[in-house]
Amino acid sequence: MAEYKYAESHEYIRLEGDVGVVGISKYAQEQLGDVVFVELPETGKVFSKGDEAAVVESVKAASEVYAPVSGEIVEANGELESNPGLVNEDPEAKAWFFKIKLSDKGELDGLMDADAYDKFVEEQG
Amino acid sequence: MTQGSVAAEALKRTPLYDLHVELGAKMVPFAGYEMPVQYALGVLKEHLHTRAKAGLFDVSHMGQAFLQGPHHAATAAALETLVPGEIAKLGLGRLRYTMLLNESGGILDDLMVTRSVSQHDDGRLMLVVNAACKDADYAHMSARLPDGVSLEPVEDRALIALQGPTASVVMSKWCPQADELGFMTASSAEFDGIDCHISRSGYTGEDGFEISVAADKAEQLARTLLSHDDVEAVGLGARDSLRLEAGLCLYGHDIDETTSPVEADLVWSMSKRRREEGGFPGADRIRKELRDGPGRLRVGITPDGRAPAREGTEIVDGNGASIGKITSGGFGPSANGPVAMGYVQSEHARPGNEVGLMVRGEARPARVVEMPFVPHRYYRKQK
Repeated sequence: MAEYKYAESHEYIRLEGDVGVVGISKYAQEQLGDVVFVELPETGKVFSKGDEAAVVESVKAASEVYAPVSGEIVEANGELESNPGLVNEDPEAKAWFFKIKLSDKGELDGLMDADAYDKFVEEQG
Repeated sequence: MTQGSVAAEALKRTPLYDLHVELGAKMVPFAGYEMPVQYALGVLKEHLHTRAKAGLFDVSHMGQAFLQGPHHAATAAALETLVPGEIAKLGLGRLRYTMLLNESGGILDDLMVTRSVSQHDDGRLMLVVNAACKDADYAHMSARLPDGVSLEPVEDRALIALQGPTASVVMSKWCPQADELGFMTASSAEFDGIDCHISRSGYTGEDGFEISVAADKAEQLARTLLSHDDVEAVGLGARDSLRLEAGLCLYGHDIDETTSPVEADLVWSMSKRRREEGGFPGADRIRKELRDGPGRLRVGITPDGRAPAREGTEIVDGNGASIGKITSGGFGPSANGPVAMGYVQSEHARPGNEVGLMVRGEARPARVVEMPFVPHRYYRKQK
């Protein structure tokens, strides 16, 4: 089973070979409430770690989704555009936002594993 | 939804606070109160439920007050010096939407005015004002009332709204008399043995009622309503999306001290007599705007794409020049897409006119549309 890593800004990334699959965490989805709109990056776009890569809007507000690692977008999950509610239903599996080809796998070491992220979220209250 | 946010220890609670917590509400500071923004169902489902069946809203934070004078003509005349609405000819048991104006014709608050249904209470008007404005409203009015007319804030009553297409069926179960009320009329009534004051009105575009009830009976009344299969508790989040789809103004956002009733497209709330006679604050500006047309106008705006445009979004013309701002915007669950309202320069206000919305640095296509976004379904008595 692929290992999930998490950023403090609540994105997850799981590795499939050289490619990272990125979405927002279950916790982030709960905080947002009903998701009604998702804006995805174009394939081929290059981001540095921490760049704004996508947008997710709930009934309450718009939030940025940041690239948890540097790299090039190789695919975006078009299904979220027609069915944004999937982000609430299955955030950490079917509702991935984009796949990014990592330019530096070492950046993964700076992210939290699932246990550390759970603790981080708990501390956020 | 952060309006009036203050330190938690200073927040007030409505008589339904414990019930909200028990129902799993997420409580947030709003206009000095701890209020439910949503319950377990979530904003989207609460919104859709209200349009499908009936939603129960705690609006006890709003200001209820009596304006008391010797007889209706005197009380109405006093209020008419502060608002542009037709109050003198308001019939027994009827409601009217109007607004408190400042000397330059800007809107200090919008409010509902109800004339008592009973001849015995002649001279008494009931006012319902916005929570965030109530202290300022009361001070403003009290300072300007003539001798013999006084303002009496009502602090010991809750206000509960039941809104939606089955609201009348639900109400009739415990208060048969509710269904006899026409839209924008009110009456004293008994609800399952509880004395209350009921009006057929609301803030969702649906049929529905607002029930004023003694604070110590409010929870009992709310629990009774919630025992009906059709009724779900609905929070401030869905209240906002429901009123936006219905094209109704939210004070402090779509209207404020700088906007006039003409700019806000609320001329329908002023009678011909009042427009002609004036006699309300800012009458010069308002009559000039009526004569020459206002410089800007509140309009409905629908983005072409799916991206919602939020409050504060700049509206531009085809050349990228700024022509106005969005004052309320978001996702309309029943419209099933983004909806917004805002002010544009009058020459751009015609329905169908194409505009751009500056969302994340990009002018996104949108158009001016007629409101409401979802048709009103207010109750109309069968002739």
